[in-house]
Amino acid sequence: MSKPDCLPRIDRRAAIQWMLGAAAAIAARDTRLLAADDTAAPITAKGYGPDPSMVTIYKPGDVWPLTLTEPQRRTTRALCDVIVPADDTSPSASAVGVPDFIDEWISAPYPDQAKDRPLLLDGLRWIEEEAQRRHQTAFADLSGAQQTGICETFADAVKAKAIHAKAAAFFKRFRDLTFGAWCTTPEGMKAIGYIGNVPSVSFTGPPLEALKHVGLA
Amino acid sequence: MPLITAEKLRDSYDVVIVGSGAGGGQTAYTLTMEGVKVLVLEAGRSFDVQTEVAMFQLPSQAPLRGVATPDKQYGFHDCSINSGWDIPGEPYTQAGKAPENQFRWWRQRMMGGRTNHWGRISLRNGPYDFKPRSRWGAGFDWPISYEDVAPYYDKVEMLIGVFGTNEGLENSPDSSPGVLQPAPKLRVGELYAQKHGKKVGAHVTSIHRAVLTQPQDAETLPAKLHPGNPKAQGILAEHMRNRLPCFWATDCHRGCTIRANYDSQTVHLRPALATGNLDILPNAMAREITIDKEGKATGITFIDKTTGREGHAKGRVVVLAASSMESVRLLLNSKSNLFPQGLANSSGKVGTSITDSVASGLGAYIPAFEGMPIHNEDGAGGAHAYVPWTLHAQNRNGELGFPGGYHLEFASGRRMPTLTTFSGIDSRSGSATTLFGARLKEDARRVHGCVLGFAAQGSMLPNDGSYCELDPEIKDRWGIPVLRFHWKWTEFERNQVRHQQKHIRELLEALGGSVKPFVEADLIESMKPGGSVIHEVGGAIMGSDAATSVTNQWSQTWDVKNVFLADGAPFASTADKNPTLTIMALAWRMADHLMDELKKGNI
Repeated sequence: MSKPDCLPRIDRRAAIQWMLGAAAAIAARDTRLLAADDTAAPITAKGYGPDPSMVTIYKPGDVWPLTLTEPQRRTTRALCDVIVPADDTSPSASAVGVPDFIDEWISAPYPDQAKDRPLLLDGLRWIEEEAQRRHQTAFADLSGAQQTGICETFADAVKAKAIHAKAAAFFKRFRDLTFGAWCTTPEGMKAIGYIGNVPSVSFTGPPLEALKHVGLA
Repeated sequence: MPLITAEKLRDSYDVVIVGSGAGGGQTAYTLTMEGVKVLVLEAGRSFDVQTEVAMFQLPSQAPLRGVATPDKQYGFHDCSINSGWDIPGEPYTQAGKAPENQFRWWRQRMMGGRTNHWGRISLRNGPYDFKPRSRWGAGFDWPISYEDVAPYYDKVEMLIGVFGTNEGLENSPDSSPGVLQPAPKLRVGELYAQKHGKKVGAHVTSIHRAVLTQPQDAETLPAKLHPGNPKAQGILAEHMRNRLPCFWATDCHRGCTIRANYDSQTVHLRPALATGNLDILPNAMAREITIDKEGKATGITFIDKTTGREGHAKGRVVVLAASSMESVRLLLNSKSNLFPQGLANSSGKVGTSITDSVASGLGAYIPAFEGMPIHNEDGAGGAHAYVPWTLHAQNRNGELGFPGGYHLEFASGRRMPTLTTFSGIDSRSGSATTLFGARLKEDARRVHGCVLGFAAQGSMLPNDGSYCELDPEIKDRWGIPVLRFHWKWTEFERNQVRHQQKHIRELLEALGGSVKPFVEADLIESMKPGGSVIHEVGGAIMGSDAATSVTNQWSQTWDVKNVFLADGAPFASTADKNPTLTIMALAWRMADHLMDELKKGNI
């Protein structure tokens, strides 16, 4: 809070221009990602504390170290992209940094994430064991169809029991994290039809075609 | 920024206020504009809304996609620092073990208090809300009526800027002509609920929120608010011109750098500082109200959190606006030979009559929204519509089994996705397996924005099982005894939640959603624990006699004439309206009375 009489008188247009600029700068910085950490040390790191800078743009690894090993990261990357593959209009999960987010989550010094850590690490191992059992090949090196085949088993609560009692729970959790991480990126938001977070001078209400869509016009 | 340090305190102030939120901010504003010398003590650090709030940052730019953690309990980008239900070194305890006997206590330790973390919903209490005993035969009548507060509601709304419409509704009062800012257009989901809600008696209409939808009228409002006071008018006009109207993006809970929405620093403390009559001391944790031999308050003892040293601020008058429960704690901790039960507690009523909004919610998938043409639905950073309580005829004498009523808040449309937005997508898509791949992306696109949920918030009257006291053993990190909470839901609240759940289900079904029928076994689980809505009030309620209440109608304690309360503590009950606007209106009214009493030499 600065002294009121020193405050610059900003006009609305200037404020919006400034905001647009800030939003663009933020978007540009988001694509830089950290290289993998090669160790899986126990989580002893500290969190960001009760008074972190909220305006800072964070990347996985900025606050606490990432802990997945390189083989675990390979499995993670491949699994993320089976869950969210690229298509004509939007990128895959790994193209927007989701594997780093998974690593950040698994490595986080907070209770909810610590609870997820054993399930997610075990699950990555189950995925590899199943790839070896079926195809004697690492999951990341399988064909798309082979990867999908394995995921279909994990995604089905009944069939997944044959792999492990918690295999389906692992897959659901991993899917939720992967998809949630993807759709909270600018590319993911666009892909699912969220086009807000931009300032405008007026709010004109729903367009006519939206009203027509639900019988209001 | 003219914040001071403990060394810079003046020898004495006219008024020492504890807390810088809605109540403390409004009190400081009203007093300093009239020339009263004021000190505000704030337990948290200074906070610069202009540079510290994250308006446009995406979840992908926060650690863990911004989900809540023990460090940031409402999510990373929520405008709260050093705040939460659980703050290290600052515990509170529970007398009961059962889940329904728990009370959760949110503390906001930062400049501006909880006004940083707020949906800006600004609803007036109605005439019935001040007279629950007369109307429903339960609780306590407030010693004031709606007519006493109405002029102050007008003033506060003109000052802070509130959008909305006047609907002529029973017990949800209109504002005076020219007071409200124009309401924004309703979103398509809100209009859809408006049309189809009618089938089940739900009146969907524009909500009132403290967000500017157009520039404030700096030419005429200052003269209305400060007649005969050109200095105050000039300061206020300047500050009104420095606020921009909403730019229709970003969630209000993140704070607002363009000052379109209200927070205490932006609207109250800045002009108050500009008068030259205000000092603000941050990082000052109030410990005790000090008194003289005659039992008059002399000031506040506080811990300077930057040094750990104890300090004292002297004032002719002390105003507690530390949040309802924190103000109660201060009174209880101010024990002396004259006041062995704590200050202003000769009635034994300090800590009693705590109430909170009675809340539950329910959501459903609305198939009609599928395939909605994509458009930007952000709007004014929160709801444009709500469902006020209108079943007064059915509940004239509590015939529904509970006094008062509840309103419904809801959010519709394609909102910014969070990490968990699509966690329930499988059942929504009718899939027995966990979806992935191309179908997952397609279905997410199809279902996004199709879920509509209603959250009910309703009245609560005091009961003998909901109160707090000092814990006999536990102290916080500053050595100050902590509060122990007792919480009880009565059949009134349980009946209200049964009604909420039934009504919301009917409403969702009227919109084409399908919802599982309510089962009685889910009742306690669907009731949010006491304190969860962060609307807790009471604990030092106002009344018409000193034996059964803590303050008079001016929020002035019966026992100590120069101690006033300016937060929710004097509320004699919780209405079906959010408390913040009423806190401000009562604070302004209290401050006017305080100045009269000072002038008359009564305090």
